[in-house]
Amino acid sequence: MTTVDVRIGSRPDVPPDGMDSYPGERPRMGFFTDTSVCIGCKACEVACKEWNHVPEDGLALTGMSYDNSVGLGADTWRHVAFIEQQRPVTVPDGDGSSDSAGGGLRWLMSSDVCKHCTHAACLDVCPTGALMRSEFGTVVVQADVCNGCGYCIPACPYGVIDQRKEDGRAWKCTMCYDRLSAGMEPACAKACPTDSIQFGPLDELRDRAAARLDQLHEAGEDSARLYGADPGDGVGGDGAFFLLLDEPEVYGLPPDPVVTTRDLPSMWRHAGAAALTLAGLAAASFAAGTLGERLGLGGRR
Amino acid sequence: MAECHPVGFQWVMEAKARGATVIHIDPRYTRTSAVADLHVPLRAGSDIVLLGALINHVLSSGKFFREYVVNYTNAATIIGEDFADTEDLDGLFSGFDPDSHSYDPASWTYEGTEVQAASGDRDAGYDDRVGSSSPGASSPGSGADPSAVRQAGRGEAHGSGGAHVGTPRTDPTLEHPRCVFQVLKRHFARYTPELVEQACGIPQPAFARIGELITSNSGRDRTTAFVYSVGWTQHTVGVQYIRAASILQALLGNMGRPGGGILALRGHASIQGSTDIPTLFDLLPGYIPMPHAHTNEDLDAFIAAEGTDKGFWANMRAYTVSLFKAWWGEAATEANGFCFDYLPRLTGSHSSYETVMAQLAGDCEGYFLLGENPAVGSANGKLQRLGMANLKWLVVRDFSLIESATFWKDGPEIEAGELRTADIGTEVFFMPAAAHTEKNGSFTNTQRLLQWHHAAVEPAGDARSELWFTYHLGRLIRSKLAGQGGTADEMDRPVLDLTWDYPVEGPAAEPSAEAVLAEINGWDGNGKPLAAYTELKEDGSTTCGCWIYCGVYADGVNQAARRKPGGEQNWIAPQWGWAWPANRRILYNRASADPDGKPWSERKALVWWDADEGKWTGHDVPDFVPDKAPSYRPPDDATGPAAHAGTDPFIMQADGKAWLYAPAGLVDGPLPAHYEPQDSPLRNLLYAQQRNPVRQAGVFAHPGNRFQPSDGSPGSQVFPFVATTYRLTEHHTAGGMSRWLPYLAELQPEFFCEVSPELADERGLEHLGWATIVTARNAVEARVLVTRRIPPLTVDGRRLHQVGLPYHWGWAGYSTGDSANDLVAISLDPNVHIQESKAFACDIRPGRRPTGAARPALVREYQRRAGITERTGIDP
Repeated sequence: MTTVDVRIGSRPDVPPDGMDSYPGERPRMGFFTDTSVCIGCKACEVACKEWNHVPEDGLALTGMSYDNSVGLGADTWRHVAFIEQQRPVTVPDGDGSSDSAGGGLRWLMSSDVCKHCTHAACLDVCPTGALMRSEFGTVVVQADVCNGCGYCIPACPYGVIDQRKEDGRAWKCTMCYDRLSAGMEPACAKACPTDSIQFGPLDELRDRAAARLDQLHEAGEDSARLYGADPGDGVGGDGAFFLLLDEPEVYGLPPDPVVTTRDLPSMWRHAGAAALTLAGLAAASFAAGTLGERLGLGGRR
Repeated sequence: MAECHPVGFQWVMEAKARGATVIHIDPRYTRTSAVADLHVPLRAGSDIVLLGALINHVLSSGKFFREYVVNYTNAATIIGEDFADTEDLDGLFSGFDPDSHSYDPASWTYEGTEVQAASGDRDAGYDDRVGSSSPGASSPGSGADPSAVRQAGRGEAHGSGGAHVGTPRTDPTLEHPRCVFQVLKRHFARYTPELVEQACGIPQPAFARIGELITSNSGRDRTTAFVYSVGWTQHTVGVQYIRAASILQALLGNMGRPGGGILALRGHASIQGSTDIPTLFDLLPGYIPMPHAHTNEDLDAFIAAEGTDKGFWANMRAYTVSLFKAWWGEAATEANGFCFDYLPRLTGSHSSYETVMAQLAGDCEGYFLLGENPAVGSANGKLQRLGMANLKWLVVRDFSLIESATFWKDGPEIEAGELRTADIGTEVFFMPAAAHTEKNGSFTNTQRLLQWHHAAVEPAGDARSELWFTYHLGRLIRSKLAGQGGTADEMDRPVLDLTWDYPVEGPAAEPSAEAVLAEINGWDGNGKPLAAYTELKEDGSTTCGCWIYCGVYADGVNQAARRKPGGEQNWIAPQWGWAWPANRRILYNRASADPDGKPWSERKALVWWDADEGKWTGHDVPDFVPDKAPSYRPPDDATGPAAHAGTDPFIMQADGKAWLYAPAGLVDGPLPAHYEPQDSPLRNLLYAQQRNPVRQAGVFAHPGNRFQPSDGSPGSQVFPFVATTYRLTEHHTAGGMSRWLPYLAELQPEFFCEVSPELADERGLEHLGWATIVTARNAVEARVLVTRRIPPLTVDGRRLHQVGLPYHWGWAGYSTGDSANDLVAISLDPNVHIQESKAFACDIRPGRRPTGAARPALVREYQRRAGITERTGIDP
């Protein structure tokens, strides 16, 4: 059995496909947020702040429906989006198949959170090891290690991790690492009254989500889809994935996120080649200059 | 429900996951609508038209549950010849007295017999029952003003004069023209889908859909439940909204059965508890009525007048005597009527709003506010503040310095120059309060379920529980009274004789909440905790602080603290907490079985008669005399529970039936009728009678509480829109528990109004801009949210706009704003004295409201334009 010190971020990625966990570790834990049963109560936002002592994020009426926390940030680790939509009206026919008499209104609510990516760019670029992969497969910032360099912030394809102005450090959802370590579920999932936020082993959650998706499709909810559940996507699948009722963009989510460090190896290869080329050119130019000089082509004198 | 009760809403979501259809009927599209199968917006204040039309649909289509209706409701009972319906009198019932704005309910009763109500106005008919020869008499020197008593809906009028005991005549074929069923059919015949469309703004196809869903989901195999909140109650005809739902549910056979019922969602945790063990002026614990001021009234007269001869209210003496023994112990004896004279007497309505008027008149000098913020949370905030500014002393117990504690220095009237701090003599005592997490106690939820909570932490600083405050205040008062040389005044005996000996614990000398629970449960003569209210005696040998809670401490165990997980017991989960009465989870559950005692269906089986064992059994505790066979028929002279047949499930009713028609107990009619709100831009499309004729409005005439002209009268166009107030998930009522908390304040940081894009266009309102909303009482400003969630409706042939107003804000706290309740008039439902804050006419205009003296000037300008006088809106 390998001994690994999880605190120094020795495992940038979760175990490879086909392997539940590294030997001696627990299964990868995750969130499945089923937005089709979210009632927008924001208990997740408040429970998260209470448990993690996340500061208040400012009093501002945004006019974005009932969403006044706008998005995820250093001081908002769970964020409930509210999207008011008007769909074509289905006129009730009085004997059966109708649905909405409310003018085709739809009010989407969705609790967003750090995705705890399989391939986490924030973790890749962290120079101090403050960002680490926990034994639960989650991505956690260690506040006492973070030096506030901020590299992780542009690295995140979802715009989740954020710098707190007051202390310069980077903050985001830890999936309640301390609670998990004590055998408890994260505060948001605990507080969610309708089980819109479900916590558990990721493979179980994926099965559950697939079944729920089938159920919704059978019920005629054709626009329902999973987001972040596919291990083949640009981040290798999310540890926190979603069931959405519309396009990801509607919820402010990138449609096709890609780990921003995906191309680093080839970039390094290209950079290396470029450096060699440059070096060669420089050498050639030096050689040429010398030759030119020798040939009396230079005019600097 | 999702908006204000998100935790309870998980069960609706679970029901939905199991196939339930969720219909949401609300003027605005809320978080509930977002997950409902069907959202139907309607005009605020028009629900009786909708419910009445559903009743009409059920009756005329024959979709009522006939076997249930014939056997378990009073459909077959014949009403006296003197009764005249709103159909006959164009919106009035018989017995109306225009001078006193009240009804004499004598003509509403059953033919040939008088019947007492199980709740509500049980004092009507006092003189007749007691045999007094002086109707309308009140105690000399009591200060009782008979007209005030009538105004309060406490009519002294007698019953029909029939025998107290008697079996009403019935016609089980339901054909007799004066049987309740036929009365009902005639009364609701004019409540048609067309009228729903005109009055409520609900298109006929949507109405048809509701009717279809409800009727197809009721009957032997299925049940439908109604869930309501203050959107139904806070109207001048609020009680009749609930009556209308009761009629519908009784016709469909949805009462006393699993998955059925009418569920009242309360505004706070344990509001149910605070009506069971009441903070209400007209009730004693367990819904025993508070006695009225009558000449020479004693315990016997009280029991005779307010109790019943049949059913479980026939044992009211045992409940009442046991209560007095719990309160006054040894001092309560047979000889002194168990200290009945220690109780104060009602001389009229003494509701919260009459108290405000008494403050303004200088009659009420002191005021306790325990977790209440009337400066923001009660109707007409300005009148509330003016009243409190006229007190000698005010005690505020809350978490923060709420507006009701600081109005004297920073309230809107100070800003407007209408009050000056130097002129206010009110001495304010602020006492910091402990939160529920800092004290032991019970919550009683709407399902009557008591759940115990244990203190998790000690309260910080000087914060203390209400129990601590009340106990130690009482202790100090008693020691001061007793200290007068031991010869205390006779008038102090009610306080000095109280059993006030609760054990205290901890450094703060916190009284034991479990000791209080044990006292509420009661003991037998040997000091053994009682197990059930059926053990209570009328001879003073038992004590019980609240008869319906008897059994919560059975065997000396706190039954409310039981937390056996649902998965480890049957689906009723009887070992989670404790439900009153007798740990029954569904009331009147005898109705879940057919007249022979067999479940209506396997799917909906709850309790049933076990003929072999000779007793009722089932999943729940049967709500019936355990060994009373379905075939039991009472002898003519039977009284008490024995007077009910084995087929009479509604055991608290004198006749054992669900009342489709209420022959007693209500002061505004035996049947629901639609009346327009006090301030409405519309005419009543149903009757010539515009408003509830016996609503409480005139007694609240005050320059700060002007009413508005309604449709048809000049000036009504000045207030063309309908406003409704409501709550948001993120805040709690008047904000004392949320606006001071950054984590909640940031989620809804400002007072806003919600308007449709069409209204925004019409009035030049901009999204996120400011709007001023004006009524005859006040003007408030709010940020504007333009949203399709509060759609305009087509009502009475024209487009009607509604304005949504969350009422959480006030000028103090971390998140501040104007108070929506400043707009609301004090005009009340006459039965329960609740204000009409859920539907009132208003104007809305762009921009911020004026400040200083210009704010009241704007209101006066509106009053002038609308031609408002002190008489406007006061006539019946």
